[in-house]
Amino acid sequence: MNILKIKNLKKTYHTKESEFLAVDNFSFNLKEGEFVAIVGPSGCGKSTILSILCGLDKPSKGQIIYNKKLDFGYMLQSDNLFDWLNVYKNCILGLEIKKRKNKKYVEKLLKTYGLWEFKDTYPRNLSGGMRQRVSLIRTLATNPDILLLDEPFSALDYQTRLAVSEDVYKIIKKENKSAIMVTHDIGEAISMADRIIVLTDKPSTIKNIYEINLINKSTPIENRKDKKFSYYYDLLWKDIDCHV
Amino acid sequence: MSKEHQKYLKKRKIIDILIRIIQIIIVLIIIAIWQYAADKNYINTFISSSPKNILKTIISLYKNKTLFSHIWITLYEVIISFTIGEIIGITTAAFLWRFNFIYKILDPYLTILNSMPKVSLGPIIIILAGASTKSIIIMALFISVIITTINTHQAFKETDQNKIRLMQSFKATKSQIFFKLILPSNYNNLINTAKVNIGLVFIGVTMGEFLVSKAGIGYLIMYGSQVFDLNLVMTGIILLITLAALMHYIITFIEKNIEFKT
Ligand SMILES: Nc1ncnc2c1ncn2[C@@H]1O[C@H](COP(=O)(O)OP(=O)(O)OP(=O)(O)O)[C@@H](O)[C@H]1O
Ligand SMILES: [Mg+2]
Repeated sequence: MNILKIKNLKKTYHTKESEFLAVDNFSFNLKEGEFVAIVGPSGCGKSTILSILCGLDKPSKGQIIYNKKLDFGYMLQSDNLFDWLNVYKNCILGLEIKKRKNKKYVEKLLKTYGLWEFKDTYPRNLSGGMRQRVSLIRTLATNPDILLLDEPFSALDYQTRLAVSEDVYKIIKKENKSAIMVTHDIGEAISMADRIIVLTDKPSTIKNIYEINLINKSTPIENRKDKKFSYYYDLLWKDIDCHV
Repeated sequence: MSKEHQKYLKKRKIIDILIRIIQIIIVLIIIAIWQYAADKNYINTFISSSPKNILKTIISLYKNKTLFSHIWITLYEVIISFTIGEIIGITTAAFLWRFNFIYKILDPYLTILNSMPKVSLGPIIIILAGASTKSIIIMALFISVIITTINTHQAFKETDQNKIRLMQSFKATKSQIFFKLILPSNYNNLINTAKVNIGLVFIGVTMGEFLVSKAGIGYLIMYGSQVFDLNLVMTGIILLITLAALMHYIITFIEKNIEFKT
């Protein structure tokens, strides 16, 4: 079942100096429980698409149809932690805004991500990877229906990146949430996503959508060992033209 | 703690103390030179006074029981004007942040009001509000409120857009954004604006006391100049400097010791 239908989305940014077509003719449907990855050249309009989906920006044209009232969890590209709040207070920001009381889940997440002993620490004393995990917990804390993740693991080192993406994947699948994730990492996209949308450069239009059908679909780390993994890797690699 | 770290801390502490000592010595040297020049008649003490004369003036003011009443009156006016100025300034800034369209309309008026020499309004204020403490406070507010508003609003406006978007992604209301993000993230800016505000309030209060001429340190200076008692004028100036320094330290103390809690 589709929980989100996007039809002919178009976004033009208007500034005093010029107008800029960031996204054009973008249509796709998100199924319930589906994990979609978006890859594309840098600056093409990926973040713009996520902002429009969760209602922060208005599309210039096009329609987004939600099948019910959806609660979006948007993890922005930069961590945006508040320097004046400690880790714990940062994590419960969304809960406080929504005036929700249940903090148990946050505590559990802090423990799972090895941040429990840092709950009273202030962000300036955290490493880049820890900051990103705090930002992720803050997003998960409100228990949203759809997760919009904008390069969620970019600040993590390779090891942590694999481990955290494994965890996030499990959480998303366990709670049957849908997710749209922007990433630059082809391997990450293949190992996590059910479908991968490849975008063109300025404006972002859909170049290709790949259905990822691995032989033994499992968790991200296992998926990387799948026989068809490298097949998809080559396919995508050739499709994303990167002119260095 | 390692030995090395202890050594490092000790060294830092010694440097800090040394700086303080040198600062105090500089003041003492200036006072000594001033006094020496006065004793040797290198300078005309009738015009430039001398540390001893200033001390004598302070003692005589103390003896006829007017010293603390003048200080208190000025301090009172400064504190009241400062507090009202902060409240009006921050509230207006918040309002202009909330209603950007209104800000855009008012922007040129604020700029003009800000660059106008507000002291010129003094006589009008006195006619309207009478020769009273009220006039002095109004005067001080005229001088301080506009710049407090402009600076505070500027700071509010420059709050990280991405953090605002984060708040919006949680469906935060405007007032939640203001109290949970705008205000705490601008804590340092608010302190800096307060420092500017306190300086301007001192100018305003002194000008007000010149004009109203009833009491306060400004009045002492005015009175001294009218009766050619330059010792009194210098004493007034020294008292003002001391008070201003005191207020500055109080704000710095608050800045260092109070964390913003939401
Ligand atoms: N508020 C705005 N006003 C004007 N132009 C904008 C605005 N936001 C984004 N843009 C422009 O739109 C284009 C797409 O931006 P966007 O942030 O969506 O790209 P992106 O694909 O997420 O890039 P990256 O890979 O660097 O994260 C960029 O060229 C950017 O300059
Ligand atoms: Mg982006």
